Amino acid sequence: MAYVTKSPWVIHYDGSSCNGCDIEVLACLTPMYDVERFGIINSGNPKHADVLLITGSVNEQNKPVVQQIYDEMLQPKVVVAIGACACTGGVFRECYNIIGGADQAIPVDVYVPGCAARPESIIDGVVKGLAVLAEKREKVAKGETVTEGEQAE
Amino acid sequence: MISFYGSEISYFQVITAAVFVVCGPLVGGLIAGFDRKITARMQGRQGPPVLQPFYDVLKLMEKEPATVRGSQDFYIMTSLIFCVITGVFFFGGGNLLMVIFTLTTADILLVLGGFASNSSYSQIGAERELVQLMSTEPMIILLTIGLFLAKGSFGVAEIISGGPVAFPYLAGLFIGVLYIFTIKLRKSPFDLSMSHHMHQELVKGLTTEFSGRTLAAIEMMHWYENVIFLGFIFLFFANGTPLWWVLGIVVCLFLYFVEILIDNTYARMRWQFTLKSAWAVTIIFGGANLLVLYYLHASQLLS
Ligand code: SF4
Repeated sequence: MAYVTKSPWVIHYDGSSCNGCDIEVLACLTPMYDVERFGIINSGNPKHADVLLITGSVNEQNKPVVQQIYDEMLQPKVVVAIGACACTGGVFRECYNIIGGADQAIPVDVYVPGCAARPESIIDGVVKGLAVLAEKREKVAKGETVTEGEQAE
Repeated sequence: MISFYGSEISYFQVITAAVFVVCGPLVGGLIAGFDRKITARMQGRQGPPVLQPFYDVLKLMEKEPATVRGSQDFYIMTSLIFCVITGVFFFGGGNLLMVIFTLTTADILLVLGGFASNSSYSQIGAERELVQLMSTEPMIILLTIGLFLAKGSFGVAEIISGGPVAFPYLAGLFIGVLYIFTIKLRKSPFDLSMSHHMHQELVKGLTTEFSGRTLAAIEMMHWYENVIFLGFIFLFFANGTPLWWVLGIVVCLFLYFVEILIDNTYARMRWQFTLKSAWAVTIIFGGANLLVLYYLHASQLLS
């Protein structure tokens, strides 16, 4: 039984987004969408988190930060890239300092499109991530090393 | 009857102690579950399933193990063991002085665990946990003295099985215990050390550097502790008759509900306020209550 799917704690990191997607992530926590229904808690601590929600594109300055947060999280873990920026670089793609989407820094498991991504699709993305989480949990239980970025599509 | 270092322990006491070891986390977890549900409803949300705290702990057990420093895990596991021992003394009808002693040991070990890592969040959390301990300890000791004066024994078994109902004699102490109850439950406005809700300036305070199994152990310890504190409140009402037992349990549940309400309506206080106010309440209500008890004893109104 993968209990991790019943209690996915998320950590939210804002790369260089316009803050549109961040507001939508926070909207998920409000009474209107109430993600705690699924046991989802917004934790500010990578060591406690199972899901990394990343908004905005990656640039030279925040690349090491994103990588450190990812490394501090314990397996099983998944990364959900939220919004066009986090998926591909979005409107910031052509900027001189932008490297691209979140997958340029860390392995991403689920891509949630939209500008801004709607709360419904964010929740949908996290729920999709749960399936990946369950898969990784199997591997951790068997003592196998989880090959990172394997599930990225 | 079993003889244990000169004191007689009945089989019933052994059974109640064993029931606590097994059921303590179940009851504590359920209370935590209802807590989260009621909190959500107070905020106009639907809230997680009642069993959510159990899912959380089972999830944490599934995570890959990671430790910052080996001593960290040692402190936390010993702390959990001491917490269970506290409950065994308490629910086995043992001596209240022993209960306080082991409970404090458990808490100190938790603080040591917090200090074991160099993370500033965990260090601040550990310091604040010490402040919380300083705020609550005097009241708990006064409570024990008060119970002894009212019931003539430090033994939990004697206190709950006979004599007068302690509440009328210990009304002042009851107010004091209510005040430190919030501090002990680590709820707002006194969630100084661990910040009851995540994603705050303190991150998760003392528990920031813990993960996986160790974090699960801290969570379970918290459940055990909560049950023990509800037990302390129960002591005010129990006198061996079923009516007062039921009343005691109802009061415990009601007070927990009030705690949830307070948790949802107050922001966190500073540690200075926590310490000063807790000691003020202890001295005013606890001290006055003890003086009255001594007077009753001196004038032989209470034997
Ligand atoms: S995807 Fe759109 S809304 Fe989201 S951060 Fe990028 S520009 Fe802003």
